[in-house]
Amino acid sequence: MATTVLSSATMRAVKTAARHDPTLVRNGLIASGLCFVALFLVLPLAAVFAGALSGGAAAYWSAIRQPEALSAVRLTLLGALIAVPLNVVFGLAASWCVARFDFAGKQFLITLIDVPFTVSPVISGMLFVLLFGAQGLFGNWLIDHNIRIVFAVPGIVLATIFVTFPFVARELIPTMLALGSDEEQAALTLGAGGWRTFLRITLPNVKWSLLYGVILCNARAMGEFGAVSVVSGHIRGLTNTMPLYVEILYNDYQFSSAFAVASLLAMLALVTLVAKSVVEWKSERDLSAVRRQENADEY
Amino acid sequence: MIRFTEQTASAAGGLMSTSLKSRSALPGFGLAAGWTIFYLSLIVLIPVSTLFLKSASLTWSEFWSVATGPRALAAYRLSLVASLVAALVNGVFGLVVSWILVRYRFPFRRLVDGLVDLPFALPTSVAGIVLTTLYAPNGWIGSQLGKLGIKVAYTPLGITVALIFIGLPFVVRTVQPVLQDLDPEIEEAAESLGANFGRAFRRVVLPEILPAWITGCALAFARGLGEYGSVVFIAGNMPMRTEITPLLIMTKLDEFEYGQATAIAVVFLAVAFSLMLALNVLQRRKVALPVLG
Repeated sequence: MATTVLSSATMRAVKTAARHDPTLVRNGLIASGLCFVALFLVLPLAAVFAGALSGGAAAYWSAIRQPEALSAVRLTLLGALIAVPLNVVFGLAASWCVARFDFAGKQFLITLIDVPFTVSPVISGMLFVLLFGAQGLFGNWLIDHNIRIVFAVPGIVLATIFVTFPFVARELIPTMLALGSDEEQAALTLGAGGWRTFLRITLPNVKWSLLYGVILCNARAMGEFGAVSVVSGHIRGLTNTMPLYVEILYNDYQFSSAFAVASLLAMLALVTLVAKSVVEWKSERDLSAVRRQENADEY
Repeated sequence: MIRFTEQTASAAGGLMSTSLKSRSALPGFGLAAGWTIFYLSLIVLIPVSTLFLKSASLTWSEFWSVATGPRALAAYRLSLVASLVAALVNGVFGLVVSWILVRYRFPFRRLVDGLVDLPFALPTSVAGIVLTTLYAPNGWIGSQLGKLGIKVAYTPLGITVALIFIGLPFVVRTVQPVLQDLDPEIEEAAESLGANFGRAFRRVVLPEILPAWITGCALAFARGLGEYGSVVFIAGNMPMRTEITPLLIMTKLDEFEYGQATAIAVVFLAVAFSLMLALNVLQRRKVALPVLG
């Protein structure tokens, strides 16, 4: 059985590799595709690191050890640490009810979950200014009680939660729909409780999708600029995340410092890409293992 | 890559029932649905409805004069044109990149495949400053183009460049899985029956990937409309000339003109929502939805 699977896969690979597009077409396409990628992806990435090191290693080191830089790192981490777990809990709850139950308005709920993706980042930030700003809906109440949300840390966290809201849910929903509920039903029939079934059956089954969602959610939470920019008020050392601090340094003509902090974010992006590829590869491997098992069961 | 396919969409449709009460024997519906609706309301529904509440505080003529003022109209036009051009450039090159990634083997193929998602992962302010530095008159690329008399940074062309960067993954990631599922043998059959490469592509491949391609272009276009971070540095931000709509909203907010900012934002949101609605209709038919970043 295994050999048949292998040989047909190999056959397909050989066929793909042996495609006889005209050489001119083939080389022309590869060349133009690679030029586009080099111009728009590789060159900017290289320029970030070149800019970061343009002042020398000592300048780089001192730029990322400035107290403002460190406080920006702390605030960025704080935002992600609050936004990601909250959106994970939401993603699990939303996918559990969407993929495991029938109810009126389900399709509408799925559409609503995507709303933050269709809202421009600037408008996302503006929503919280309209709610909690001095002229906002709750503005007077907040001033009376001496609570600051906008132009302070809570506003930044709220904006971050909003822009990263759909990531985990929209990874989990299709996966849980595709898996179906047979295994969970079986566990319940055998006497496992609801939480036990969720922890022992559902979570392990969706782990790669969950992790994938967390990776994307985290990258966006740490990198968000527009929404956070609106609510931050740019109070140096107090309400600057790393992407905002990059902007301030750049507008101050401190280019090598700006690129030094930017290089940290670029490294975060690279780590994200690697983690994403690893998760894709692992989940693909699990999936093909399941398929092989199913094939073997048929015989 | 995880995809919403026709299959999962129809699975969702098939699961829908007319009764409000769940048929499922699984527990936890009350808790899960309760939390979902509470959190959704708190984070999304209440904030978004504030926008419409605020715009209702303007009279119709106030709303109209702000939303269709000359500065706003110039900003809409610039946002639409720059996003459209960027989406089309990505439409052409995104197709080429997805084609070579699926069909050919060449050095660094896997690296290129992974790198395609860079614009999703790289914070937009980093993208903004690095593109500006590259395309500024003294930058690596800007200085070369300057010799040819082409100015990129601080012009509408610069805005388009930033939007090409931001929208790059969408077309690749929508078209790639469809190409992967397409059996090359069909084209080969067409070619062996005498069709040349171009004809086989037009007749066999293009109809299959067209819905995905349109979706990819539309997603890149929608992303471009709302984009702020990567554009503000390279745009120059001159009112009437290089001021995109999100920046105009930002300027109005900085001036504490919340009513005006709201009016422009409502118009802009309406465009974005209708675009997404149109896309949803397209997806109901037969299109893969990519992972958005």
